Amino acid sequence: MPSLKDLKIRINSVKSTRKITSAMKMVAAAKLRRAQEQAEASRPYAERMNRMIASLAGAASQTGGPKLLAGTGKDDVHLLVVFTADRGLCGGFNSSIIRAARRRIRALSTGGKTVKIYCVGKRGRDALKREFGEMIVNSVQDVTRKGVAFSSADEIAAGILKMFEDGEFDVCSVLFNRFQSAMTQIVTEQQIIPASMPETGEGPAETESGALYEYEPDEEAILAALLPRNVATQIFTALLESNASEHGARMTAMDNATRNAGDMIDKLTLNYNRARQAAITKELIEIISGAEAV
Amino acid sequence: MAETTQFELVSPEKLLYSEETEMVVVPGAEGNFGVLPRHAPMISTLRPGVIDVYQKGSVAERIFVAGGFAEVTETRCTVLAEEALPLADVDVAKVDKDLADLRDDLKDAKADLERERIEARITVLEAMRAAASH
Repeated sequence: MPSLKDLKIRINSVKSTRKITSAMKMVAAAKLRRAQEQAEASRPYAERMNRMIASLAGAASQTGGPKLLAGTGKDDVHLLVVFTADRGLCGGFNSSIIRAARRRIRALSTGGKTVKIYCVGKRGRDALKREFGEMIVNSVQDVTRKGVAFSSADEIAAGILKMFEDGEFDVCSVLFNRFQSAMTQIVTEQQIIPASMPETGEGPAETESGALYEYEPDEEAILAALLPRNVATQIFTALLESNASEHGARMTAMDNATRNAGDMIDKLTLNYNRARQAAITKELIEIISGAEAV
Repeated sequence: MAETTQFELVSPEKLLYSEETEMVVVPGAEGNFGVLPRHAPMISTLRPGVIDVYQKGSVAERIFVAGGFAEVTETRCTVLAEEALPLADVDVAKVDKDLADLRDDLKDAKADLERERIEARITVLEAMRAAASH
């Protein structure tokens, strides 16, 4: 049985924990709203980019298309870009991504492929380093600290494209949490090199009225400019989704923590009162039996 | 009312501009082109330059873009811009300063990748400077 003093200390410490978690929840909620707005605002660009690529890919597919679209013709080396948070305290957010990454890496390795890992976010690197340290080729962190800027996605993309040009990998996919709601995030894997195409059907693309597109300068040149751009856009989308998911997950986790702390305080207070009452009763008994003995 | 073209300007961050217009002049990679209603469908890359938006027979808006892509259909003109800024907001003094800084950076830059990035940036800023000083 802990003493009255111990209980008091315990209650105070849980109370301050609750203050911290509820403050973190508020911060996460505010950040989540901003992240969600940003993710929504970026959607038109990605949509239109996809539409353009789809129509171009239809036109260029007869000629084979550039390497970013058609691939290198093999799939021996995989580059996996893993998006995690820089900080913990966000429930299952990081662990679910890491679990998925681990499973994917194992599956690829047993399939005889070489795997390379690019970590975005500190948590992912720390967790994967232990097991797959020699596979990690690059890692960045603190990307999302001051909000997500397109320039940071562009930088990551430039690094990846450079690796691709140097022939360091054949297939590249991103692994990130897609934002569903504050409660649920869906671990998503998306192949970005060679570009996975939305189905467009056969033949060159047509507009709504059935006319054929003209291309200026020509399909190849536009694709050559558009595809690297598309890689950057997809990484940007992944960053935004991951960022929104992180804040959603943290908000939910902190909400739970705050509630648990409240329950714990109630329980401890009950114990404290019981102990206090027991002490009073004991004292009374001592006094009464002392008086009777006289 | 006369026919109009739906003009949309989109940057990676957000939809910047969406409006019915009479004509849009876009800086295509192989020369400027004007988009009027019922323009033949086309897709083009852009060079750094100025988009002119025409309303009621005169230029209503001038926007600098650092490059990107344009998709034109009979009823629509969509520009995917890498960076867009109303020409009125371009600060020539600041652009000059940035240019000078970048030229210094270029001297120090060792890695090819870094050098390429800086050179691309200089091209954009020079175009911005030229567009703004007209």
